[in-house]
Amino acid sequence: MLQVTENLKLPHALRSKYALLTSQVADRPAIIPEGFGAVLLRKAGILQSTEKGEDQKSGIYLLPEDYGYLAEGDIVRLSPRTEQMSVVFRRGTPNNSILLTERCNHYCLMCSQPPKNSDDGWLLEEAFELIRILPGDTENIGFTGGEPTLYGDDFISLIAATKANLPNTSLDVLSNGRSFANEEFAKKLAAVAHPNFQIGIPLYSDDPVTHDYVVQSKGAYDETLQGILNLKRFGVRVEIRVVIHQQTLPRLVQTCEFISRNLLFVDHVALMGLEITGFTRANLDILWADPHHYRNTLSQAVYVLRTAGMNVSVYNHQLCVVNKDIENECRKAISDWKNEYLPACDGCTEKAKCGGFFSTQIMYKHSEHIKPFN
Amino acid sequence: MSKFQPVAFYSKQPESASAQYQLLPFRFTQLDGSRYVATNIAGEYTILDHPTLQAFVDHKLPATDPAYVTLRARHFLSDIHSQMGPDFLAIKVRTRHERLAQWTGLHIFVLTLRCEHSCPYCQVSRQSEDKGAFDMSQRHAERGITLALSSPNPNIKIEFQGGESFLNFDMMKFIVETAIAWNAKLPQPKNLSFVAATNLAIITEEMLEFCSAYGMDISTSLDGPKDLHNKNRPRPGKDSYERTIAGIDLVRKRLGRDKVNALMTTTLASLPQVTDIVDEYLAQGFKGIFLRPLSPYGFAIKTKFFRAYNAEQWLKFYDDGLDYIIELNRRGVDFREHYASTILTKMLTSQDPGYVDLMSPAGIGLGAVIYNYDGTVYASDEARMLAEMGDTTFKLGTVEDSFETLFTNDTFLTALEDSFAYSSPQCNDCAFEPWCGADPVFHWGQQQDFAGRKWESEFCHRNMHIFRGLVSRMENDPFVKNLFAQWANRC
Repeated sequence: MLQVTENLKLPHALRSKYALLTSQVADRPAIIPEGFGAVLLRKAGILQSTEKGEDQKSGIYLLPEDYGYLAEGDIVRLSPRTEQMSVVFRRGTPNNSILLTERCNHYCLMCSQPPKNSDDGWLLEEAFELIRILPGDTENIGFTGGEPTLYGDDFISLIAATKANLPNTSLDVLSNGRSFANEEFAKKLAAVAHPNFQIGIPLYSDDPVTHDYVVQSKGAYDETLQGILNLKRFGVRVEIRVVIHQQTLPRLVQTCEFISRNLLFVDHVALMGLEITGFTRANLDILWADPHHYRNTLSQAVYVLRTAGMNVSVYNHQLCVVNKDIENECRKAISDWKNEYLPACDGCTEKAKCGGFFSTQIMYKHSEHIKPFN
Repeated sequence: MSKFQPVAFYSKQPESASAQYQLLPFRFTQLDGSRYVATNIAGEYTILDHPTLQAFVDHKLPATDPAYVTLRARHFLSDIHSQMGPDFLAIKVRTRHERLAQWTGLHIFVLTLRCEHSCPYCQVSRQSEDKGAFDMSQRHAERGITLALSSPNPNIKIEFQGGESFLNFDMMKFIVETAIAWNAKLPQPKNLSFVAATNLAIITEEMLEFCSAYGMDISTSLDGPKDLHNKNRPRPGKDSYERTIAGIDLVRKRLGRDKVNALMTTTLASLPQVTDIVDEYLAQGFKGIFLRPLSPYGFAIKTKFFRAYNAEQWLKFYDDGLDYIIELNRRGVDFREHYASTILTKMLTSQDPGYVDLMSPAGIGLGAVIYNYDGTVYASDEARMLAEMGDTTFKLGTVEDSFETLFTNDTFLTALEDSFAYSSPQCNDCAFEPWCGADPVFHWGQQQDFAGRKWESEFCHRNMHIFRGLVSRMENDPFVKNLFAQWANRC
């Protein structure tokens, strides 16, 4: 893992921890400064055929155009063996999500990060490392998976280490909550007393069979609910996340009634549209529902939660396919690099307020009723 | 083959028919010709038709029935797919009774029985110039303050009543200032608030100044349009309405627009004009009205006011009023009926609104306590009215007694225990019990029985009718359902 810098004059003592991002030397390999952990070349030029010299210790990577956004302070992971690079942290983005594992005890019909059963504990090690090098003024980071709590006590240690190293950074964790059915585990997390921590837990239905079916795991409903109760018992901030699709729509309003009656003490409820990626693409025929067609159901669901005094947000829904009465709850929250608009959106007067689309929605499926406001 | 299991894999029921599901505690009552209301122990309800209800209680309801899914999600039944029902029911019931642990929050000081009004339905007031005979003394006031500050409740509301409370304004000032001073010396000071019940007829600049300085709330009486109000509430000059309206205006101007509430009382003359009464409240800028029947106490009984109309007539008045108010909302006017709101909170949320007449255990003593002008302590406002009629059953003691002595009064504790609705005959079978309450003072006054014979109880008839009416209106009209959800949550 290396931090990205454009500073050619960085002292040698520091260089091994940095990847030099440069476009100035594309055709002049001889003057590439020495000692950097890696060199990232913005333009694929002549160097493509240049072999690494004996004295040149840095790996040289040619950046495809997609990485045009890379900038000072970002953090990248380089795998010299497979010649892969991934961006772990982007300084200019308010919500950085850090993948802790691809393992999961759920197998959700609409998973955007299909689980793999390989040992990827190195991701956790990397996260420990990452929180020590992230800028201290980072506003927010997220830990996601897979199911991060499968690490057990190591997960708790990571939260504690994050609190210690990034005391001013708010932390969001996505979990299915089942590990917290164990009261002791919930207590341990609460004992970390992270000052700005929230855990997002999905609940897909008030009906246990529907929830278990959506997450493809028997007994998930009870463990998730028990987990939420335990977390709230110990004062941990909890967000409930409901993804809206064909399987959850028939009881969406009842599910919100259930939440307002039984889980009034949770801190936030997020009603979310489908991201067309991962398993969703395979299961699109049993998942896809056009927001335009369920707009009244969505309004009623929001009404139930809002009336009960709960904090509710609607994510991933374009303003032209929801009723006006939930505009205040619609958030513009799609991570910026996934955020796009259709040609039809050109000239829409509400575009600046609208969250737009996931690029995967643009590519594969979106409402057939997108219409610019004017 | 798909990596995903079909829903049938997750909905499988056990082989043995008898192991399909267990019933969780619930009750049911007929709603109308074809429908039943079933309520769980936490007061959540669902509507079932007769065959579904029969199948459900016979353990024969198939898991594929949509009603089954709802009954499971609302914790009427438990099966292999979820065992969380009892946990959630426990949380909801505990939340409902949360305030019990805090003990008494409302402490009512009857400053004087004197009043310049001579309302024929009044329970207690006196026409008298004799200050000494009907005014609270400083000694009694001090003892009352000590008792009020002895309650474990962190929020103490002191309410001034009369007669006309402002006829003893000096004592009101004394109590407010003393209570604040003594409270500040407590190791853990209470959150103190004050409210004065007044007809506003004699309110002066000095009084307003005082109320403003201490953030006092004002509770007044407005029976309806001018003619009705002045007929119901006679005073010298026959100008009660004019003075009340002017007073409301002044209070809003000086204390803030939300600082004044009004209560109405239904007399025989009110019955045909419920829409006019509601319109009067609208015109005076109120956001709601509490449609109240006459209480069977005091002069109301003596003057035959109470029997002037029967329960059915009042319920028709109430229904017409409620329907009119719903209509107003349909026309975009935010206005509510407060009694319905109180009940809806119990129906649609896990909160208890803490309305004294609809609490179980009963609200007497626990919800409010009265320090009478003469130093006697009563378990509720109705209890002192009963005492004015010569029945001191609900006298807890006097202000000279200790807090512990007053609240361990034998009759009081017996009344609480006997009337506790969950274990009271007939109430314990009633589907509406979670929404209702115990009113031992009413039933003692009417039947000399703390629990009450419910088939003869007007309290029971009236509330059953209103419960059914609220459920029917919600179930028949999605607009009303959403409207009532709002009322339930902003009580």
